[in-house]
Amino acid sequence: MISPFQDVIIQTVCRILIPFIQLYGLYVIAHGHSSPGGGFQGGVILGASFILLCLAFDIDEMKKRLNQKAILIYFSAGLLVYSGIGAICLALGGNYLNYSQLHKILPVDPILARYMGMFGIEVGVGTTVMAVMISIFLDLSSYPDTKEKGK
Amino acid sequence: MKPIALIAVCLTSALLIYGTIDMPNWGDPQSPANRHVSPRYIEKTLEETAVPNMVTSVLADYRGYDTLGETTVIFTAGISCILLIRRFGK
Repeated sequence: MISPFQDVIIQTVCRILIPFIQLYGLYVIAHGHSSPGGGFQGGVILGASFILLCLAFDIDEMKKRLNQKAILIYFSAGLLVYSGIGAICLALGGNYLNYSQLHKILPVDPILARYMGMFGIEVGVGTTVMAVMISIFLDLSSYPDTKEKGK
Repeated sequence: MKPIALIAVCLTSALLIYGTIDMPNWGDPQSPANRHVSPRYIEKTLEETAVPNMVTSVLADYRGYDTLGETTVIFTAGISCILLIRRFGK
Protein backbone atom coordinates (compact mmCIF):
# COMPACT_ATOMS: atom_id res chain seq x y z
CA MET A 1 0.00 0.00 0.00
CA ILE A 2 1.21 3.49 -0.82
CA SER A 3 2.03 5.52 2.26
CA PRO A 4 0.52 9.01 2.55
CA PHE A 5 2.72 11.75 1.20
CA GLN A 6 2.98 14.77 3.46
CA ASP A 7 4.68 17.95 2.31
CA VAL A 8 4.45 21.26 4.13
CA ILE A 9 4.85 23.43 1.04
CA ILE A 10 2.21 21.62 -1.02
CA GLN A 11 -0.26 21.50 1.86
CA THR A 12 0.15 25.17 2.72
CA VAL A 13 -0.16 26.33 -0.87
CA CYS A 14 -3.24 24.16 -1.39
CA ARG A 15 -4.81 25.36 1.83
CA ILE A 16 -4.47 28.93 0.58
CA LEU A 17 -5.45 28.24 -3.03
CA ILE A 18 -8.44 25.92 -2.70
CA PRO A 19 -10.92 28.51 -1.35
CA PHE A 20 -10.06 30.83 -4.23
CA ILE A 21 -10.43 28.03 -6.78
CA GLN A 22 -13.85 27.20 -5.38
CA LEU A 23 -14.86 30.85 -5.38
CA TYR A 24 -13.77 31.09 -8.99
CA GLY A 25 -15.80 27.98 -9.83
CA LEU A 26 -18.90 29.53 -8.29
CA TYR A 27 -18.20 32.73 -10.21
CA VAL A 28 -17.95 30.82 -13.49
CA ILE A 29 -21.31 29.15 -12.81
CA ALA A 30 -23.09 32.27 -11.64
CA HIS A 31 -21.64 34.62 -14.25
CA GLY A 32 -21.89 32.19 -17.16
CA HIS A 33 -24.63 34.28 -18.77
CA SER A 34 -22.55 37.34 -19.37
CA SER A 35 -19.08 35.93 -19.86
CA PRO A 36 -17.57 32.67 -21.08
CA GLY A 37 -18.47 29.89 -18.69
CA GLY A 38 -21.47 27.99 -17.47
CA GLY A 39 -22.50 24.93 -15.57
CA PHE A 40 -20.11 22.44 -17.14
CA GLN A 41 -16.99 24.56 -16.80
CA GLY A 42 -17.76 25.81 -13.31
CA GLY A 43 -18.63 22.33 -12.13
CA VAL A 44 -15.34 20.99 -13.41
CA ILE A 45 -13.43 23.74 -11.60
CA LEU A 46 -15.28 22.99 -8.35
CA GLY A 47 -14.65 19.27 -8.74
CA ALA A 48 -10.97 19.85 -9.49
CA SER A 49 -10.60 21.86 -6.29
CA PHE A 50 -11.81 18.87 -4.27
CA ILE A 51 -9.53 16.53 -6.21
CA LEU A 52 -6.63 18.87 -5.42
CA LEU A 53 -7.60 18.54 -1.75
CA CYS A 54 -7.38 14.75 -2.13
CA LEU A 55 -3.99 14.91 -3.80
CA ALA A 56 -2.43 17.35 -1.37
CA PHE A 57 -3.78 15.88 1.85
CA ASP A 58 -5.52 12.55 2.05
CA ILE A 59 -8.68 10.90 0.83
CA ASP A 60 -9.92 10.62 4.42
CA GLU A 61 -9.38 14.35 4.89
CA MET A 62 -11.57 14.91 1.87
CA LYS A 63 -14.22 12.44 3.05
CA LYS A 64 -14.43 14.34 6.33
CA ARG A 65 -15.54 17.43 4.43
CA LEU A 66 -17.79 15.76 1.85
CA ASN A 67 -18.84 12.19 2.52
CA GLN A 68 -19.78 9.80 -0.23
CA LYS A 69 -23.49 9.69 0.50
CA ALA A 70 -23.62 13.48 0.21
CA ILE A 71 -21.91 13.23 -3.19
CA LEU A 72 -24.58 10.77 -4.36
CA ILE A 73 -27.29 13.13 -3.19
CA TYR A 74 -25.59 16.05 -4.95
CA PHE A 75 -25.36 14.43 -8.30
CA SER A 76 -28.91 13.22 -8.24
CA ALA A 77 -30.08 16.62 -6.99
CA GLY A 78 -28.40 18.44 -9.88
CA LEU A 79 -30.28 16.46 -12.50
CA LEU A 80 -33.47 16.78 -10.43
CA VAL A 81 -33.09 20.57 -10.37
CA TYR A 82 -32.71 20.63 -14.15
CA SER A 83 -35.62 18.36 -14.98
CA GLY A 84 -37.64 19.82 -12.11
CA ILE A 85 -37.43 23.32 -13.59
CA GLY A 86 -38.58 21.81 -16.87
CA ALA A 87 -41.47 20.09 -15.12
CA ILE A 88 -42.47 23.29 -13.30
CA CYS A 89 -42.69 25.04 -16.67
CA LEU A 90 -44.86 22.16 -17.87
CA ALA A 91 -47.10 22.42 -14.79
CA LEU A 92 -47.50 26.19 -15.27
CA GLY A 93 -48.97 25.66 -18.70
CA GLY A 94 -46.06 25.94 -21.12
CA ASN A 95 -43.86 23.50 -22.96
CA TYR A 96 -41.25 21.45 -21.15
CA LEU A 97 -38.24 23.73 -20.40
CA ASN A 98 -40.07 26.82 -21.62
CA TYR A 99 -38.74 29.12 -18.92
CA SER A 100 -40.90 32.13 -19.73
CA GLN A 101 -43.76 30.40 -17.88
CA LEU A 102 -41.76 30.89 -14.67
CA HIS A 103 -42.92 34.51 -14.51
CA LYS A 104 -46.11 33.24 -12.91
CA ILE A 105 -44.23 32.24 -9.74
CA LEU A 106 -41.24 34.62 -9.88
CA PRO A 107 -41.61 38.38 -9.47
CA VAL A 108 -40.15 39.13 -12.94
CA ASP A 109 -41.42 39.60 -16.48
CA PRO A 110 -41.37 36.67 -18.96
CA ILE A 111 -38.12 37.73 -20.63
CA LEU A 112 -36.22 37.93 -17.34
CA ALA A 113 -37.87 34.67 -16.25
CA ARG A 114 -35.91 32.99 -19.07
CA TYR A 115 -32.73 34.43 -17.56
CA MET A 116 -33.64 33.03 -14.15
CA GLY A 117 -34.57 29.64 -15.58
CA MET A 118 -31.22 29.41 -17.36
CA PHE A 119 -29.44 30.30 -14.14
CA GLY A 120 -31.34 27.54 -12.35
CA ILE A 121 -30.38 24.86 -14.83
CA GLU A 122 -26.75 26.03 -14.87
CA VAL A 123 -26.67 25.49 -11.11
CA GLY A 124 -28.12 22.01 -11.62
CA VAL A 125 -25.59 21.14 -14.31
CA GLY A 126 -22.73 22.47 -12.17
CA THR A 127 -23.78 20.41 -9.16
CA THR A 128 -24.03 17.23 -11.20
CA VAL A 129 -20.68 17.72 -12.96
CA MET A 130 -18.88 18.53 -9.71
CA ALA A 131 -20.28 15.53 -7.83
CA VAL A 132 -19.70 13.09 -10.70
CA MET A 133 -16.06 14.18 -11.06
CA ILE A 134 -15.41 13.71 -7.35
CA SER A 135 -17.31 10.41 -7.29
CA ILE A 136 -15.38 8.91 -10.21
CA PHE A 137 -12.09 10.09 -8.73
CA LEU A 138 -12.89 8.54 -5.35
CA ASP A 139 -14.04 5.27 -6.93
CA LEU A 140 -10.88 4.97 -8.98
CA SER A 141 -8.49 5.96 -6.22
CA SER A 142 -9.85 4.52 -2.99
CA TYR A 143 -10.41 0.87 -3.85
CA PRO A 144 -7.43 -0.75 -2.06
CA ASP A 145 -7.93 1.57 0.88
CA THR A 146 -11.53 0.54 1.53
CA LYS A 147 -10.62 -3.11 1.07
CA GLU A 148 -7.96 -2.83 3.77
CA LYS A 149 -10.39 -1.19 6.13
CA GLY A 150 -13.05 -3.82 5.54
CA LYS A 151 -10.91 -6.59 7.02
CA MET B 1 -8.01 -10.12 -49.14
CA LYS B 2 -5.58 -7.21 -48.92
CA PRO B 3 -5.92 -5.91 -52.51
CA ILE B 4 -9.71 -5.86 -52.10
CA ALA B 5 -9.40 -3.81 -48.92
CA LEU B 6 -6.98 -1.40 -50.62
CA ILE B 7 -9.34 -0.93 -53.55
CA ALA B 8 -12.27 -0.38 -51.18
CA VAL B 9 -10.34 2.26 -49.25
CA CYS B 10 -9.27 4.03 -52.43
CA LEU B 11 -12.81 4.04 -53.80
CA THR B 12 -14.31 5.32 -50.55
CA SER B 13 -11.77 8.11 -50.18
CA ALA B 14 -12.22 9.12 -53.82
CA LEU B 15 -15.96 9.29 -53.19
CA LEU B 16 -15.49 11.38 -50.05
CA ILE B 17 -13.07 13.78 -51.77
CA TYR B 18 -15.53 14.11 -54.64
CA GLY B 19 -18.18 14.98 -52.07
CA THR B 20 -16.13 17.84 -50.62
CA ILE B 21 -15.98 19.65 -53.98
CA ASP B 22 -19.57 20.80 -53.56
CA MET B 23 -19.10 22.09 -50.03
CA PRO B 24 -19.40 25.85 -49.38
CA ASN B 25 -16.32 27.87 -48.59
CA TRP B 26 -15.08 28.03 -45.02
CA GLY B 27 -17.10 30.66 -43.13
CA ASP B 28 -19.27 31.51 -46.14
CA PRO B 29 -22.16 33.69 -44.85
CA GLN B 30 -24.40 32.42 -47.65
CA SER B 31 -23.95 28.74 -46.84
CA PRO B 32 -27.13 26.86 -45.82
CA ALA B 33 -25.88 26.31 -42.27
CA ASN B 34 -25.46 30.05 -41.76
CA ARG B 35 -28.81 31.03 -43.26
CA HIS B 36 -31.19 28.74 -41.39
CA VAL B 37 -31.33 29.47 -37.62
CA SER B 38 -28.05 31.26 -36.92
CA PRO B 39 -29.30 34.76 -37.85
CA ARG B 40 -32.30 34.27 -35.57
CA TYR B 41 -30.01 33.39 -32.65
CA ILE B 42 -27.66 36.29 -33.35
CA GLU B 43 -30.37 38.92 -33.74
CA LYS B 44 -33.00 37.85 -31.22
CA THR B 45 -31.01 36.44 -28.29
CA LEU B 46 -30.91 39.62 -26.23
CA GLU B 47 -34.55 40.62 -26.69
CA GLU B 48 -35.95 37.13 -26.29
CA THR B 49 -33.90 35.85 -23.36
CA ALA B 50 -32.23 38.88 -21.71
CA VAL B 51 -28.92 36.98 -21.77
CA PRO B 52 -25.98 38.83 -23.33
CA ASN B 53 -24.01 35.64 -23.93
CA MET B 54 -25.29 33.99 -27.09
CA VAL B 55 -23.60 30.67 -26.34
CA THR B 56 -25.48 30.32 -23.06
CA SER B 57 -28.83 31.15 -24.59
CA VAL B 58 -28.39 28.57 -27.35
CA LEU B 59 -27.04 25.95 -24.93
CA ALA B 60 -29.55 26.39 -22.12
CA ASP B 61 -32.64 27.80 -23.77
CA TYR B 62 -33.01 27.17 -27.49
CA ARG B 63 -31.34 23.78 -27.18
CA GLY B 64 -32.37 23.00 -23.62
CA TYR B 65 -33.25 19.39 -24.38
CA ASP B 66 -29.76 18.77 -25.71
CA THR B 67 -28.15 20.04 -22.52
CA LEU B 68 -30.56 17.98 -20.43
CA GLY B 69 -29.36 14.95 -22.40
CA GLU B 70 -25.71 15.87 -21.83
CA THR B 71 -26.31 16.18 -18.10
CA THR B 72 -28.02 12.80 -18.14
CA VAL B 73 -25.00 11.30 -19.90
CA ILE B 74 -22.70 12.61 -17.16
CA PHE B 75 -25.08 11.37 -14.49
CA THR B 76 -25.16 7.93 -16.12
CA ALA B 77 -21.36 7.85 -16.25
CA GLY B 78 -21.20 8.51 -12.52
CA ILE B 79 -23.82 5.86 -11.73
CA SER B 80 -22.03 3.31 -13.94
CA CYS B 81 -18.70 3.94 -12.22
CA ILE B 82 -20.33 3.47 -8.83
CA LEU B 83 -22.03 0.24 -9.90
CA LEU B 84 -18.94 -1.22 -11.58
CA ILE B 85 -16.09 -0.15 -9.32
CA ARG B 86 -17.33 0.65 -5.84
CA ARG B 87 -17.16 -2.11 -3.26
CA PHE B 88 -20.34 -2.20 -1.17
CA GLY B 89 -20.77 -3.48 2.39
CA LYS B 90 -18.30 -5.46 4.46
